Amino acid sequence: MYKKDFSSRKYVIILIFITVAITYLIKLYNLQVVSPSLSDKAKGLVMRQITEYPRRGRIYDRNNKLIVYNDAVYDLMVIPRQVKDMDTDEFCSLLEIDTSFFVKQMKKAEHYSRYKPSVFLKQLSKEDYARIEDKMYKYRGFFVQRRALRKYTMPIAAHLLGSVGEVNTQDLKKDSYYKPGDYIGKSGIERFYEKLLRGKKGVRMVKVDVHNREKGSYQNGKYDTLSVPGKDLVLSIDSELQQYGEKLMKNKTGSIVVIEPETGEILAMVSSPGFNPNDLIGRHRSRNYVALQKDSLKPLINRAISGTYPPGSTFKMVNALVALQERAITPYTSFSCNGPESTPIKCTHYHVTPLRLNEAIKQSCNPFFWNTFKSLMNKPSLGGVHNAYRKWYSNIRSFGFGKKFNTDIPYEKRGNIPSAEYFDKVYRGSWNALTIRSLAIGQGEILVTPIQLANLAAAIANKGYYYPPHFLKKAEGEDSLLAKYTTKVYTAVEPKYFNIVQDAMRDVFAKEHGTAHYYEVDSLEQCGKTGTVQNPHGEDHSLFIAFAPKSYPKLAVSVVVENGGYGSRWAAPIASLIIEKYLTGEIKRKKLEKRIMEGDLIHNKNTKSKGEE
Amino acid sequence: MRKGANILANTDWLTVILYLYLVFYGWLSIYSATFDDPNAPMLDLSQRYGKQLLWIGLAVILAITIMIIDAKFFSAFAYWFYGFIILVLIGVLIFGKTVAGSKSWIQIGSFAIQPSEFAKFATNLALAKFLSTLNIDIRDLKTKIIAVGIIFLPATLILLQNDTGSALVYASFVFVLYREGVSGVFMLVGLLMAVLFVVTLLYGQVAVIVFLALITGFLFWLSDKIRRNYKFVAGFFLAAVMFVFSVNYVFENVLQPHQRNRIKIILGMINDPRGVGYNVNQSKIAIGSGGFWGKGFKEGMLTRYHFVPEQSTDFIFCTVGEERGFVGSLVLFGLFLALLIRIIYLAERQRSEFSRIYGYGVASILFFHFAVNIGMTIGLMPVVGIPLPFFSYGGSSLWAFTILLFIFIKQDANRLNVL
Repeated sequence: MYKKDFSSRKYVIILIFITVAITYLIKLYNLQVVSPSLSDKAKGLVMRQITEYPRRGRIYDRNNKLIVYNDAVYDLMVIPRQVKDMDTDEFCSLLEIDTSFFVKQMKKAEHYSRYKPSVFLKQLSKEDYARIEDKMYKYRGFFVQRRALRKYTMPIAAHLLGSVGEVNTQDLKKDSYYKPGDYIGKSGIERFYEKLLRGKKGVRMVKVDVHNREKGSYQNGKYDTLSVPGKDLVLSIDSELQQYGEKLMKNKTGSIVVIEPETGEILAMVSSPGFNPNDLIGRHRSRNYVALQKDSLKPLINRAISGTYPPGSTFKMVNALVALQERAITPYTSFSCNGPESTPIKCTHYHVTPLRLNEAIKQSCNPFFWNTFKSLMNKPSLGGVHNAYRKWYSNIRSFGFGKKFNTDIPYEKRGNIPSAEYFDKVYRGSWNALTIRSLAIGQGEILVTPIQLANLAAAIANKGYYYPPHFLKKAEGEDSLLAKYTTKVYTAVEPKYFNIVQDAMRDVFAKEHGTAHYYEVDSLEQCGKTGTVQNPHGEDHSLFIAFAPKSYPKLAVSVVVENGGYGSRWAAPIASLIIEKYLTGEIKRKKLEKRIMEGDLIHNKNTKSKGEE
Repeated sequence: MRKGANILANTDWLTVILYLYLVFYGWLSIYSATFDDPNAPMLDLSQRYGKQLLWIGLAVILAITIMIIDAKFFSAFAYWFYGFIILVLIGVLIFGKTVAGSKSWIQIGSFAIQPSEFAKFATNLALAKFLSTLNIDIRDLKTKIIAVGIIFLPATLILLQNDTGSALVYASFVFVLYREGVSGVFMLVGLLMAVLFVVTLLYGQVAVIVFLALITGFLFWLSDKIRRNYKFVAGFFLAAVMFVFSVNYVFENVLQPHQRNRIKIILGMINDPRGVGYNVNQSKIAIGSGGFWGKGFKEGMLTRYHFVPEQSTDFIFCTVGEERGFVGSLVLFGLFLALLIRIIYLAERQRSEFSRIYGYGVASILFFHFAVNIGMTIGLMPVVGIPLPFFSYGGSSLWAFTILLFIFIKQDANRLNVL
């Protein structure tokens, strides 16, 4: 039978084949050559950027004793984009979290970035990590990142060391180095030397498979950067003295600051009540922080630099020195004192009269210093009380009062030395020595910080100069940082005037009627001055400044015990014990030590101290 | 007959070489996609590339065997092959093993085989045999019905196995029927139905029917000839409308949910790169990241690290796309097109109708697999799980395609002996 020839239809069929092939090739060309975004997407799938966190610098004390170091913890990270159908219940029970936490953390992570890793669960312990490690492959998008947590060899110096915590939004805005979840020094040394301590993060690019398992470095580590470990710091702190100071201040509100006059190095800085630095690390940091913040005794405040007090009688030396320098008085000038009947300021002590400067310091005679102050303000050669006051003002400030040292102590307060303009405003231009008489005995508008008081003791010990108080003793390769601490700052008072003040301060201990005579130990050559500061909130603050030994001063101390009463009751013995401890290494006056350590001014009182100002 | 040297001399070596190229290219891709340890031996039977090497060896033996067997054997026993495979397919429905939702495997010892792969060449044999019978005219309705029946029987059985992809392959015989004289209208109608199906899903029944009515009206207005054949045109219009009405029903009630999703994805009706669209999305990323030159052999990180599911079987093209880039894809397309056109050329030179029809069947089946498989990996076709001939991992599919092709090469080598 005849069959029609359809062989030409082969062309139709071949044409269909070729058309389909060309259509596909056009699509392929678009996918492979034209659209570059797919290549990026592919990288996003295969590559994971692993941040290598450097070891944070360790912190040593002046005797190279380790104080702060690091311990490994593990952060569970998540890349939301990679998370794909997983058994959420199993995951939650593995991590011992509840589903609402899971949902919350995922939302948070997605809000930050779908492609970049976020912290899902912070600071798993080594044990927790070992438990979940084997099962992590099941959960795409999750991985574990090693992190370091601060650890303390002894629970001391929480205020000055400061703490490390997660960066907040402000930190992130200020410095692009930080990524959410990073740690940053929040306060104290940790904050001030953050850049030294943190080192430099490194980045490692690795390939991962679909189950999130590492498959080696990406392009042989071409894009990797090494992390640089943080610098270790040696601080001027003597950890033993620091610990001892904290013991002495237990159950008292106030502070101790100890400075080495020869260098300006801070040997100890105690603020009480304090807290255990271990409370502000790890997962419980924020909870503990809130609790400390709510505490009415404000343990988070470093009173040594942020507490401001009227200096009281401890200020009398400064007034005397300024008056001597301006020749308003001489070492031989004597004033009479009527004891409690004195006007306009009465005296709280009974002593010989008339008396000279050395006696006046020894017995803290108020009328003597009122007369001294009056002589200075009314000294004809200074050209009137306003000009005299300005002279006084700048001389006082030369001792470091009314301003910050601006060294390596964050959150320092400047205190207050009122300016002439201030009085002009308050008294509408009409004021004189009598109006501002409180300043003569360190009361009134004057406010100082304990570190300024310790610095005063150091300046007196040095006979006229000081080094800005600081903590840094050594940081490898960072000697330039130390330059500003090795420049002497001179006070406006000539060295020769300091001799009489030093002698008088020595008498405070050495002589029978000295206000701290009870705490005299011959070999220590202690010099000091009490301060009993009137305080509208309750009992007087007990203050003391001291340095020792007189012939070659090794340490200058300021002690403030809020609501401690007389300076000689709490502050003087504490300062004396600190001196004994530092100079001899042991305490012979066990009974005194026991009385101080067991003294409780916080729980045994009806009126609690309010605030630190 | 002069055998021996004759067979070698009359064999179309170009086809054989294209076949070997494709198989080798395929094996390299499987190796790259599945190797873990670069020091392991090539014939490591615990690895897919090792197994595939074994399957290739067996495929070569199969090919040589076919070349040795008398050419008449296949045409003589065409119906026997067909009958046997139909029985096996029924057997699979009863005794088969379910893998990935399809009950299409027979387990023999530790060895599983997929009979639906072999049903293709058997059906092709039977169809060629039937259409080449003397006194058979494709223009007869009865002939058409029987031919379509031969095609539909295995397709239906495979559909019952829940292996939609393999069943759809039988639609490729439309090229064979067309070549043998069935009116092109059938192909056009098929194409039109596909278009209507898609636009109805995309734009809804009402819009499509209004559009059809407007077109029909326009045609009436346009030409006298159409006005004269108004019955035919109106009937066509009504059929189209009925089809459109059936689309939603078929889509919602006949198709399974995953099939609906795959179609919706390809039409852009849903966008869910992490859920139902995951495979295609990952596949496109892998291929797209290959760029112009590709990342190089064994450097395809997405395919190597399992970001593309099924990358050694249905998504093997991703490895080519990622590691060989656009250039490698072009080479693969070239090889396939060359093979297809060569087969059509060889088919046309056959004296025997059986050989010619069979040859067209081979080209059609290979083309359908090629188009659907690659179309799926680049997002131009819904995901239908059928292998890329000679490339995808798997013994059954490699052997079935080898048998399919080499029966034709044998027929061609024997063409001069046909009167």
